[in-house]
Amino acid sequence: MTDIPLLSLAVWVPIIGGLLVLATGSDRNAPMARALALLVAVVGLVVTIPLYTGFDLGTSAMQYVELVPWVPRFNINYHLGVDGISMLFVILNAFITIIVVVAGWKVIETKVAQYMAAFLIMSGLMNGIFAALDGVLFYVFFEASLIPLYLVIGIWGGPNRVYAAIKFFLFTLAGSLLMLIALLYLFMESGGSFSILEWHNLPLGIEAQTLIFFAFLIAFGVKVPMWPVHTWLPDAHVEAPTGGSVVLAAIALKLGAYGFLRFSLPIVPDASMQLAPVVITLSLIAVVYIGFVALAQADMKKLVAYSSISHMGFVTLGFFTFNPLAVEGALVQMISHGFVSAAMFLCIGVLYDRMHSRLIADYGGVVHKMPKFAAFFMLFAMANSGLPATSGFVGEFMVILGAVQFNFWVAFLAATTLIVGAAYSLWMYKRVVFGAVANDHVGELEDVTGREFAFLGVLALCVLAMGLYPFPFTEVMHASVDELLRHVAVSKL
Amino acid sequence: MTDMQKLYLLVPLAPLFGAIMAGLFGKTIGRAGSHIVTILGVAVAFAASVVIFQDVQAGNTFNGTLYTWMQAGGLTFEVGFQIDALTVMMMLVVTFVSLMVHIYTIGYMSEDPGYQRFFSYISLFTFSMLMLVMSNNFLQLFFGWEAVGLVSYLLIGFWYERPTAIYANLKAFLVNRVGDFGFLLGIGLIAAYTGSLNYAEVFAKANELAGMNMDVTGWPLLTAICICLFIGAMGKSAQVPLHVWLPDSMEGPTPISALIHAATMVTAGIFMVARMSPLFELSDTALSFVLVIGATTALFMGFLGIIQNDIKRVVAYSTLSQLGYMTVALGVSAYSAAVFHLMTHAFFKALLFLGAGSVIIGMHHDQDMRNMGGLWKYMPITWFTSLLGSLALIGFPFFAGFYSKDSIIEAVHASTLAGSGYALFCVMLGVFVTAFYSFRMYFLVFHGKERFGHDHGHHEHHGDHDDEEPATDHHHGLAPGQKPHESPLVVTLPLILLAIPSVLIGFFTIEPMLFGDWFKGVIFFSEHHEGMKELAENFHGPVAMALHGIQSLPFWLAMGGVATAWFFYMIKPEIPAAIQRTFKPLYTLLDNKYYFDRFNEIVFAGGARLLGKILWKGGDQGLIDGLMINGSARLVGWVSRISALFQTGHLYQYAFTMIIGVFVLLTFWLNRA
Repeated sequence: MTDIPLLSLAVWVPIIGGLLVLATGSDRNAPMARALALLVAVVGLVVTIPLYTGFDLGTSAMQYVELVPWVPRFNINYHLGVDGISMLFVILNAFITIIVVVAGWKVIETKVAQYMAAFLIMSGLMNGIFAALDGVLFYVFFEASLIPLYLVIGIWGGPNRVYAAIKFFLFTLAGSLLMLIALLYLFMESGGSFSILEWHNLPLGIEAQTLIFFAFLIAFGVKVPMWPVHTWLPDAHVEAPTGGSVVLAAIALKLGAYGFLRFSLPIVPDASMQLAPVVITLSLIAVVYIGFVALAQADMKKLVAYSSISHMGFVTLGFFTFNPLAVEGALVQMISHGFVSAAMFLCIGVLYDRMHSRLIADYGGVVHKMPKFAAFFMLFAMANSGLPATSGFVGEFMVILGAVQFNFWVAFLAATTLIVGAAYSLWMYKRVVFGAVANDHVGELEDVTGREFAFLGVLALCVLAMGLYPFPFTEVMHASVDELLRHVAVSKL
Repeated sequence: MTDMQKLYLLVPLAPLFGAIMAGLFGKTIGRAGSHIVTILGVAVAFAASVVIFQDVQAGNTFNGTLYTWMQAGGLTFEVGFQIDALTVMMMLVVTFVSLMVHIYTIGYMSEDPGYQRFFSYISLFTFSMLMLVMSNNFLQLFFGWEAVGLVSYLLIGFWYERPTAIYANLKAFLVNRVGDFGFLLGIGLIAAYTGSLNYAEVFAKANELAGMNMDVTGWPLLTAICICLFIGAMGKSAQVPLHVWLPDSMEGPTPISALIHAATMVTAGIFMVARMSPLFELSDTALSFVLVIGATTALFMGFLGIIQNDIKRVVAYSTLSQLGYMTVALGVSAYSAAVFHLMTHAFFKALLFLGAGSVIIGMHHDQDMRNMGGLWKYMPITWFTSLLGSLALIGFPFFAGFYSKDSIIEAVHASTLAGSGYALFCVMLGVFVTAFYSFRMYFLVFHGKERFGHDHGHHEHHGDHDDEEPATDHHHGLAPGQKPHESPLVVTLPLILLAIPSVLIGFFTIEPMLFGDWFKGVIFFSEHHEGMKELAENFHGPVAMALHGIQSLPFWLAMGGVATAWFFYMIKPEIPAAIQRTFKPLYTLLDNKYYFDRFNEIVFAGGARLLGKILWKGGDQGLIDGLMINGSARLVGWVSRISALFQTGHLYQYAFTMIIGVFVLLTFWLNRA
């Protein structure tokens, strides 16, 4: 292992870089802000690559660990490390940051430096969440990451942005306060430790476990979001600028799901086992109910937002079947959803930038004017419907296969997404892209620019690569997932 | 990797290369470049398939992994090939028909602006279909399964400005997804109970599975697996009630109707069940289910062919009906007969579709048979090859279709499975129906009075949505006085090349395929399914079979169908109209295709949209946001208004409140002791 503190770089390069971008000041220096932001984002990705290449497949232990006392009085440490569960998300996050910077290149014309800085800082903070092994450090990153996203929605958002931003903020804040209480309780119980890894081995009674479980369920469930605490997401997406939606869907939603794996399952395994039916039920409601809700949407962004919730239902479903195939499938689904939902929102962004409408009814026949765009959009819509050879298939397939081993009826309900997911994705595609040119505005559309082609093309390659050869993605997960499931199977009572 | 293995790889990759070239660089390499590269790709695949065929004939089979797609949860997911008699037969059929269709397309699509895109799609289809048939595991099977569905979707909607086309392709995709839903669950059950997705490993455990019951539901496991898998086949091979997408798929250009929706893709379900014969053989319940579904499709879809006026739709319903025959054969464990019919059908149905396409070109994209008649004079090659195709379809002795269809009927006859009586009735009556609609079409198109070239204005259309089409579509028709003309060589050559196997292939291959060793070790029968054994005992060579056939009931039923069609449409054309008037309710039922479409449109499509709206408006906006979120916000507001009452700004009130507070606290504190 190298001595370079890779994880610290992954966290602090974007944050410090973001502050530098902020320092470029007013929009007179916008070109410089953009260039600097891109540079920072690229460096941010480059420093995360060694995490994968140097990753030790043989161990489930934390790797690239950094441990420095932070507040010695309360035994709070600056403690970072990744395992097979978290490592890929750090890279995904750094990757998506580049996409977001490029996507906002031309579209954002006011407060450019602030916009770019917000995303860079957010990216660093989110890396901190995935890498933190100290409860307080995790909490600080978790809360701090809310602020840039809140600002992005509140400043660069749509007409109803203030409502959406506040709704988003209150929902997630309410959840995380419960988490704070749980963290403090664990601190007391463990005799003064904030180490997440020590909490994993902390014996807890079933009542304490149950209470902690629900605290985490609400905290992380809001983030995922799970039914019925999901209603903030469509509003937030609709009002957020494209970049905000991309980060929200691709990364922010993963934080909650990640929390389940890092906190709920290993810290309160008995409660997790006992209450799994609750989570599975909520997940299935998310998959089926939200799928139908997506079908009824008239606004493209809302549709994709609901489809995100439905897809995230697969993630929580996979986790709580405690089946290795399904858990890895859920992790794959998280990464795939990072690509696919990002791409879907970017596609909608491409249309929105030209037409300033997100309503499906305002479109029709886009393919006549934007054939390249139509091809990309088709690929992503198909990935969203889980077509084999795209990344969208892999996770769904694994979770469904794992669910059959768990309970046939659970798999049965989950598999309905094959039909409903295709229905809402392709029905939207049909109404937006196919058909005769619907109106003069559509008639004046121009196909994707080189910049748009670049980011859609890169995502298309990711979607296809993961669909055709998911081996490298799942390979790194095995040791950690197996260890996690072994750990969960051992009672703490 | 041995040379043979490289050759296996070449078969799917050559068309894929063509597809990529034409798809991504179509503009650069131009129209000619696109068709040259794709045709070369498919030709290479065909040539390689021939070599592999000879190799398999020599007794060399292969089963191996190409690469490991993923490993997780104790399962290994692989991409690999299984090359055996069944595979190589499918490879030959797919590449040959595909090659014919590629050549034909040069003529058919010559004026279409999406020329390169079309070639790219059909080559991509060929690749996907080859991956499907060459697979040695369920994962890759599902990959190919979905990929051919995708290309089918893209091609049905090829003319994406037409509302009917984009309605049809979405419908096709979603109905297929219903099938895939079952298919995926079947694969999931296999993975859960065998721990493998590899065919050979799964088949090795078939007997073990047959004795098991499912954990949660308690159903017999193997029956559940087979029915789930067959639901997938029902989607892809368009069996009732998942058949509804196939007639509408005729919105796509005719070459793909021939390739995808007649010869190859729709037979994927048949192929799959034949491939899974080691599993299906062990569940009589599943086989009965297959049999009844197939028999229903064979007869009742044939009825619908009788009343169609659109030339392509007649052939489409005929395809549905013939797929039903194949499914029936699967149900009575005559897998080899099913695959045999699959092969002969691929040739003669591709021929009939391409013939119909040639007629459509000749008629300047008028597809209504009521505007045709007497075309034999103007389109001799199309006429004659279509006649041969029709004879093959109705099972005229010595033609390819005779051998395959007669074998199926005999196998049903010999079967003792539950439902075989019903099936026999359906396939027998189906022979008459097939002959009737086939020759109705033949007479209406090629013989009788010339009805084209009249100014028929906006004639009454049949079918779902034909009359919604915009003026710019391809339904021009001939101008008054204009005559139809024979199609160019690129169109007629494939017709001739397809006509040859349509006539001959049954005669030459029935013996090895049905009664020889060709499928030995590939297709399995259990001892108590005796249909094929009985057939083999009665088989004394193809000539004897044909001569015997002339003395048997199916032949006379077919002749009766031809004669009836001739009488109705050549001698007394007023009879059909009279029947239509007399049996009005029956006609209405058929005209509405047994109301499947309307039922689906209202119950499933409408129901889903309504449910979505209810859950959204009622659930999300009403209950969750309205009651819980904004309700709690209102609660907070209400509490704050009450508490605002205490914040009056008057100092004396604050002081008073404070005194009361202190008093209360003191009381508590004092009482504590």
